[in-house]
Amino acid sequence: MNDGLADAVASASADSYTRIVATLIRVTGDWTLAEDCAQEALALALQRWGEEGVPGNPGGWLMTVARNRAIDVLRRASVERRKLAELAALADPAMPERQAQEELVDDRLRLIFACCHPALALESRVALTLRTICGVPTADIARAFLVSESAMTRRLTRAKSKIADARIPYRVPTGPALGERLPGVLSVLYLLFTHGYNADGPPAFADEAIRLARLLRRLMPDQGEISGLLALFLFQHSRRKARRDRHGNLLPMDRQDRRRWDHAAIDEGLRVLAEAPQDDPYALQARIAACHATAASADAVDWTAIAACYDRLAEVQPSPVIELNRAVAHGYAYGPAAGLTLLARARVGGALDGYPLAIAAEADLTERNGDPGRAAALFRQAAAVAHSEPERRALLDRAKEAAAGSESRGN
Amino acid sequence: MKYMMFVCTDAEPDTDPSPDPDIYAWVEDNDAAGRRLQGSVLAPTSAATTVRVRNGQLLVSDGPFAETKEVIVGFDLLECADLDEAIEVARTHPMARRGRMELRPLAELDG
Repeated sequence: MNDGLADAVASASADSYTRIVATLIRVTGDWTLAEDCAQEALALALQRWGEEGVPGNPGGWLMTVARNRAIDVLRRASVERRKLAELAALADPAMPERQAQEELVDDRLRLIFACCHPALALESRVALTLRTICGVPTADIARAFLVSESAMTRRLTRAKSKIADARIPYRVPTGPALGERLPGVLSVLYLLFTHGYNADGPPAFADEAIRLARLLRRLMPDQGEISGLLALFLFQHSRRKARRDRHGNLLPMDRQDRRRWDHAAIDEGLRVLAEAPQDDPYALQARIAACHATAASADAVDWTAIAACYDRLAEVQPSPVIELNRAVAHGYAYGPAAGLTLLARARVGGALDGYPLAIAAEADLTERNGDPGRAAALFRQAAAVAHSEPERRALLDRAKEAAAGSESRGN
Repeated sequence: MKYMMFVCTDAEPDTDPSPDPDIYAWVEDNDAAGRRLQGSVLAPTSAATTVRVRNGQLLVSDGPFAETKEVIVGFDLLECADLDEAIEVARTHPMARRGRMELRPLAELDG
């Protein structure tokens, strides 16, 4: 197979796959049939486009092939006339382009809200979103979630059965229901993104989360929270090439080479962030990320602005991790002693006990507060409970540096 | 689509002090709209009887008595377009706050 052909199919697939699956599900009500037909259309494209050349409208070609395949299958199963007639009318070249576009757009939104329905278990929502909306192979999803492929297949099958048996609607909620349901959709995207962004996660999931957030924002321009979330993704993603050293160790932001940050992503993030509501939790996190992304150097970061965002975030979305980050921000904005005071307060209640980042934060504040000997011990303590190998190595390096600082001071 | 809605008690009821929705208004509203086909409160589990047949022999016993605080205290049979409509019916029942509701679709058998 030549690369140009594979690229043409991949690019048509990125544009069309979700539309095709979403529309076939709406008309047939059969999730598995919709996925199978879309996959078969892609397989046929690889074969035919090589012989006959890439068609003028690759997306339309794929839709027509997938539709015809679905008609064949349903005809053999002798399904009601109504479904067949509706299928036959799909992607009719005679249909005005604009009308066709609007109908397809709605289908993708319907699919997103069905996959993220709160009556499905959270892990099923994430898996179903990856499989059905993004077309990620079941084996890849299984590997990312550390379960066997057969277990993941069962999970997906169970989720699809529940959608059919409990009649989870294929519809975008309206009115107050939209406000109740959208946060659940966004939290699935957030999980997708962080899973992709984690030290050892598959990075393609982060790309998919960004693609879906862009799509949602385009389809629901009135919902500002989507813009906050997309901006947050873009700022974090902009650092993907700079956040590790040559050995694969994670680098804190102040040690990253800012020239390697993706400035196109940062610019897009800033544009998108301008649309987000003031006090929305995602927008506040995005504003914090923007302070880092737009600073000319690590020394030029506006920590006072970041500390103010964390103060607000701690009010609208209180959590021990937010309190921890707030303490770190105050430590940079108002000095390490201020940070240590807030950190001690965040630890009351014990939710941060044994959490490596909390110990690492105390170590860092302690080092800057003039006690490198104690800081080195704390960094080693954090390394002992680190969640990943790169994180552990980074913490041990900090311990070594602090210990060296301690010796040079003669204590 | 028919849903059986089990009305259950829950170990952790809502602590919000605002008044409960009115159950009579709930019944009237959903009956009038055709969303509630029937329903009733159940007598306490002390009135429950268990029946089994094993090897052709009838076994009748007292109970079962739930060990936990979470028991079914009533039911409503709903007729709704889809799960979202059934969820809306369930959320406005006073026991959604005092206890919890469990929605089970009736299996649709072929033929």
